[in-house]
Formats: sequence, C-alpha cells, structure tokens
Amino acid sequence: MSGLRVLVGCKRVIDYAVKIRVRPDKMGVVTDGVKHSMNPFDEIAIEEAVRLKEKKLASEVIAVSCGPPQCQETLRTAMAMGADKSIHVEIDLATYEKMSPLHVAKLLSKIAQDNKVDLILLGKQAIDGDCNQTGQMTAALLDWPQATCASSIEKTNGDIKVVKEVDGGLETVKVKLPAVVTTDLRLNEPRYATLPNIMKAKKKPMEKKKPVDYGVDIDPRQKVVSVEDPPTREAGQKLDNVQDLVTKLKEQGLLTS
Amino acid sequence: MSALHGRVLHASRLSLTRFAASKLCPSCQCLQVRKFQCITGMGRRLSQVELTSKRYPKLKRGPFATLTDADVSSLERLVSGRVITDKSDLDGYNTDWLRTVRGASTIVLRPKTTEEVSAIVSYCHDRGLAVVPQGGNTGLVAGSVPVFDEVIISTQLMNNIISLDEVSGTLVCQAGCVLAALDDHVAQRGLTMPLDLGAKGSCHIGGNLATNAGGVRLLRHGSLHGSVLGLEAVLPSGEVLDCMSTLRKDNTGYDLKQLLIGAEGTLGIITKASILCPQRPNVVSVALLGCANFQGVLDIFRETKTKLGEILSAFEFMDTASMEMIGENLRLINPISASPFYVLIETGGSNKEHDEEKLSALLEGLMEKGKAMDGTLATDTTKIQAIWGLRERMAEGLLHDGYCYKYDVSLPLPSFYQLVEDMRERVEGSAKRVVGYGHIGDGNLHLNVTSSEYSQHTMDLIEPFIYDWVANYKGSISAEHGLGFKKRDFIYHSKSPSAVALMKQIKNLIDPKGIMNPYKLLPSK
Repeated sequence: MSGLRVLVGCKRVIDYAVKIRVRPDKMGVVTDGVKHSMNPFDEIAIEEAVRLKEKKLASEVIAVSCGPPQCQETLRTAMAMGADKSIHVEIDLATYEKMSPLHVAKLLSKIAQDNKVDLILLGKQAIDGDCNQTGQMTAALLDWPQATCASSIEKTNGDIKVVKEVDGGLETVKVKLPAVVTTDLRLNEPRYATLPNIMKAKKKPMEKKKPVDYGVDIDPRQKVVSVEDPPTREAGQKLDNVQDLVTKLKEQGLLTS
Repeated sequence: MSALHGRVLHASRLSLTRFAASKLCPSCQCLQVRKFQCITGMGRRLSQVELTSKRYPKLKRGPFATLTDADVSSLERLVSGRVITDKSDLDGYNTDWLRTVRGASTIVLRPKTTEEVSAIVSYCHDRGLAVVPQGGNTGLVAGSVPVFDEVIISTQLMNNIISLDEVSGTLVCQAGCVLAALDDHVAQRGLTMPLDLGAKGSCHIGGNLATNAGGVRLLRHGSLHGSVLGLEAVLPSGEVLDCMSTLRKDNTGYDLKQLLIGAEGTLGIITKASILCPQRPNVVSVALLGCANFQGVLDIFRETKTKLGEILSAFEFMDTASMEMIGENLRLINPISASPFYVLIETGGSNKEHDEEKLSALLEGLMEKGKAMDGTLATDTTKIQAIWGLRERMAEGLLHDGYCYKYDVSLPLPSFYQLVEDMRERVEGSAKRVVGYGHIGDGNLHLNVTSSEYSQHTMDLIEPFIYDWVANYKGSISAEHGLGFKKRDFIYHSKSPSAVALMKQIKNLIDPKGIMNPYKLLPSK
C-alpha cells in the first residue's frame, strides 16, 4: 500500500504570547521587530502529518508557506518537526499584508495538484486573521471533501474517519480521499524539534516559487479601512454588601422591582 | 446557525490561552489560579502544620511584651481598616510557603505608606512588641513568618510604582510591588528587572532586597548589591532611614543600603527601592540539552561561555531524579529523551541573526563532539515558557511529595554533584527522593530531600551532615535562600566567629530592644 502524500500549510504569525499593538497609522498592527512563530494550529497539522508518516500511512510530508523571506524559518521548523521538504511561495511584505484566504486557497489548490497530493492538512484558522476560511475554500476549489475542526483523524482503507468539534459536541464523518482536513486544538500535542532533527532540516530541500508560477493572481480584493484597539474595559466597582448591589442594579435600570 | 458562527469564529488567541492555562492542581483537581497557588492548598492544610513553638520546644520566647486589646485598638487607629485579627484569616500569614513552620501571631497590619510603617514600628518599639516584616511570604527558610506571636507587618498594600526613567533605566517603587508586576511594567519600556526567580508571581521586591535574592538571571545581571541604587527603610526605633537615590555612582560615605540588602528584615523594614533595570533582550532562545554525566555538564558550561559570551543569560542544570519528579508530580513532559543530566541554556541578545548563528554553532559543536546526547531549541514563547517551567516549578513539584527538606548551597564545581550522591546514599530507605538542580552557572546547588511526612529521624540524617560536608569544601551553607529561622544556627559553618561577633554588635546598635524580626539570621548562641 503506497502512502499518502500530505501537504501542510504553515503560516508565520505574530507569536501568540506577544501583546499586539496597533500601528500609529491605524492601518494595521506593529509587526516590525516583533516575535513571530508558526501558527499554533499549523504546528498541530505538521505534527499530525508526521505522525501519519511514522504510522507508515503517509509517504511524504510537504510543508508550504506563502509570504516574505522570513517564512523560510517557519518552514525550517516544519522540516525539523519531520516534514520531508518545503515550498516557499515568495510574496513581498506589502502584497502579503493585503492577501486574504481566497488567494491562499488558490495557491494551495494549485500546489496540491502539481504535487499530486492526497491529503491537505491545514490549521483551522490563523491566530492573526481568525478567518477560518482557507481550508473550506481550498476544498471547494479542488472539489474535494472537507472535514474541519478535527480532533481526531483515522485512516480506514480508502477513506479517513474524522471526529470534528462542533457546537453540540463531537461529529464523526467519513471522508473519501483526496480531502482537506483542518486541525483543532485537541488533535495532538506538537513535538519539540530535537537538535539532531534541527540539524538535518538544514539539508532538506526547500523549493522557492512565486504566485505567477502557479498562475494565481493575488491582487487584493479587499481594502483595509482602519484598524483600531477594542474599547478599553472600564474598571468595575467593588461593593460592600448585597443591599448596595441591589441598589446599584436598580439605578442602572437592570432590575424591575 | 449563529451559534455555530459564534463558536467557530471566537478569537483563537483567547481559546488558546484558555486551553494552555487550564492547569488543574494535580492533587485536588481544582483550578490553579496562579502559579504557586492552588485554591484548596496542596495536600497539607495550613492548620495541620505543626506550631513552631511545639516543633522546637527548647526555643524560648524573647523578653517581649504581649499584645493587649489596648494595643490592638491603638494599632487599628494607625492603619484604620487594614488590620487582620480574624483567626481563620491568619493561618496564611503565620505559615511559611513550604508549610513547614507555623507561628502564632494574632494580628497582621497592612500599611500603605512609609509614614504608617514608621508609626506602627515606633509604637511597637515603645511597647516592646516584637515585629516580623512580611512581603510575599515565599521565603524558603521561614524568615518571613512569626516564630511565636510577633506582630506581622505586611507590605501587601504598598504596591505603588512611583517612577521609571526610560533613559537611565531607573525604577522607583514601594517595597510591596510584586516582582512579576514590576517586570511587566518595565517590559513596556524595553527594560527588564535585574532578577528573576520562580516565585516572581507572588514575591515582593522588598523581600527580594531583604534576602538579596539570586535567581536564574544572576549569571547575567549580577547580584542585587550591584543593581540597587537606593533604599528607604524604617529602623527598629521607627525612624525612617532615607538612603533613596537614583544615581548610578555616589561615593559619599558608608553605603548603608548594602547592610540592609540581605539583612533579612532584622535591621529594618525596607519601604521603598530604586533599582537599575537593564535593557530587555529583543531575542530570547532557550535550549534544553541532555548529557551523560556531570563532567559533561561542566564541559558544556565551558563551551557555552566561550561560544555564547555576552548573550548568555541563564545556565541551569537538573538531574534525572528532578525530571522524573516533575513528570510524576506535575505531569510536565520531558521534551527530549531521558538523560542522566539536563542543562538549560538561555540566550538574550539584540540581534536575531547573530544570536542564532552563535547558538547553532554551539549546539552543533556539542552534538558532534558527543557532549550533548540530545536536545531541543525553542524560539517561540510557548515552548520557551514550557521548558522554563520544568526548572522553575521544581519547588512546587517537590511539595507534592509531602515534606521537603530544602537546601541551597554554594560549592566548588568539581565536587558539586558529589554531595547529591553522598546524600542519596545516606538517606536511602528514609526518604522518598533526593534531587539535585540549580544555578550551576553560579556554583549554586539546590539539594532537596523529600518524605511523605516530617521525620525527625530523616532530619537527623541530613543535618548537620550536609552543613559539615559543605563547610569541609569551604562552600556556603546558604547560597541565596538566606538563614532565616531554619539555618541561623549553622552560620558558623560559613562565617568566622569574628565576623558573626561584629554582626551581633551591629544588630545591637541598630536594634537594641531586638524587636525587629527576632529569632532570625543571627545564631541563638
């Protein structure tokens, strides 16, 4: 049985623990000099792909990232975790900042077709955009089935069985391959890249491409009007007893009697 | 549809924080509200801790007055509304963080200003009432809790940050500011506090100064004796000693603040501090390495100093028993394969590419030469915090075993680990575990023995054996924890009689009535 060829999307985002600051021009957030790392959901996707390879269900794991040159670090991390090779679709910073999920989905679908991929694993959403659209759009463009917010993935003959996290609880679906699956938090705990693997990753192949190589137009279709901080939360009031609480609630018109 | 919408589109930063932070206390499965604080308490209830006066029956209460109702009224007038006398609230203030000693104080005062502290201390001085200054109460030698019924003066409400000069990096604040809060504040200006320790979420800067706290960044920033520019303190008479200064250089007379730094609250209560904050590194990386033997640890240290030079900001080690303990008690995962020894290296620099180049060269060299058997390198914040967690939560993890006999010694590096091996052999059968870890970059070993309950038999096997061993190698019996109540009688193991005699003279000069934190630091004989 030949293994699956897996494509994993890795987005370079501002590190989840960094305090975000709005740019003075109110057109974006400060990214210069700010710590970046791989989108946590994408780390989970890489981990799942590597585990599939370890179970001999996958034969090759390809990591892909779109963006400025710094994305190569993200791809090195992916390869240090176990991806076999990577593809960097180079896009200059200014254009990259105006990209939206549809552009990425178009690129991913072309890359998947070019590389004869059987399974695309993506993070369910990126922690900067929070769009939760790329996986779904990629599946639609390829006309492939999709299973989003996966908390477990199991391969069964020509299909995969995916447990999805939904509002009401867990939904199990059986999906025919090739397919797109997006990962949720509880799917796995990503491994630490060990030093021997970090060193090996330096020698793994990284293809450098441009959007034009895939015939994808990445002209922006949206314009950012402004970016602002959420309104500051006002301080709460500390009250001494329940009677005061009742009085205050009445004053605010929140109690009828 | 809208429900599904809401669920799927919630800000993922928030969901990640909730997931990552949902730590359940391993012993009682309640939510850990903050690091080091579990809602119901780890195992032993505070009231179950034996009273110090009972554990040490030979210790006699000093010739101090006893608190009367009139005293309570007078003190209440001085700090209106900020007095605690309710028995159920006092246990936390009376018991040390390690839950090994419990005093019997009936009152806690919570002043907000230096003037209030001065008024309280004057009153107690005139009445002959003994007092104990208390900050975050995270000390490990029972130095911040009463032994008998001393009046507790807490700096909990003295938490004003007074000023921060971005250009010089000078921070001026009250003594009750929590270290982590100060670090967050100065971080916004690209600065860092010059010290960092596991207790940072709870300890007060006043306490840090009083104990000359060390911590994981001493390697990089040096001791507090160098970083503190000025102090204000209330002396045992109630007089305010103003040594506040924001000057980097000021050689005008005896440097009195140096006497207070490390005096463990026995010469006065520190009320304000002026601290020099260094630049915060832009780029931080942490590597965890596994090595085969202790000599390997020392070799890695040498290589690291050579190859990393000025970007090295921390160098810690742990033995395999430590890693096993942290896995069993706190369920923290070891990111690399099990090894006899572990080394944690942190770098902090201003240029990402330079630092990465230096660090890669070092790590590749160590792997190739076989000095490191395995390792991992973290550059994203989550992983960095996880790796630091393995080392910083050691003290917390050990408490889950039951009772922890905690030691903190300075030793010359060649004989460093021998003490752990000798101790392990000695307490075999009488203890649950013996672990060795610590600031090896500073020659500072934290040796801990645990058992499920306090046992005099185990204690007798450990002390004075450990102190004699350390004295034999001319080490320090307390590298950074201080003497407090627990180690004061072993002071002669590390200081000469003439030095201790002069210390006693100074104490008598500044505190003739002996009311300021009695039974601490100086030996009973």
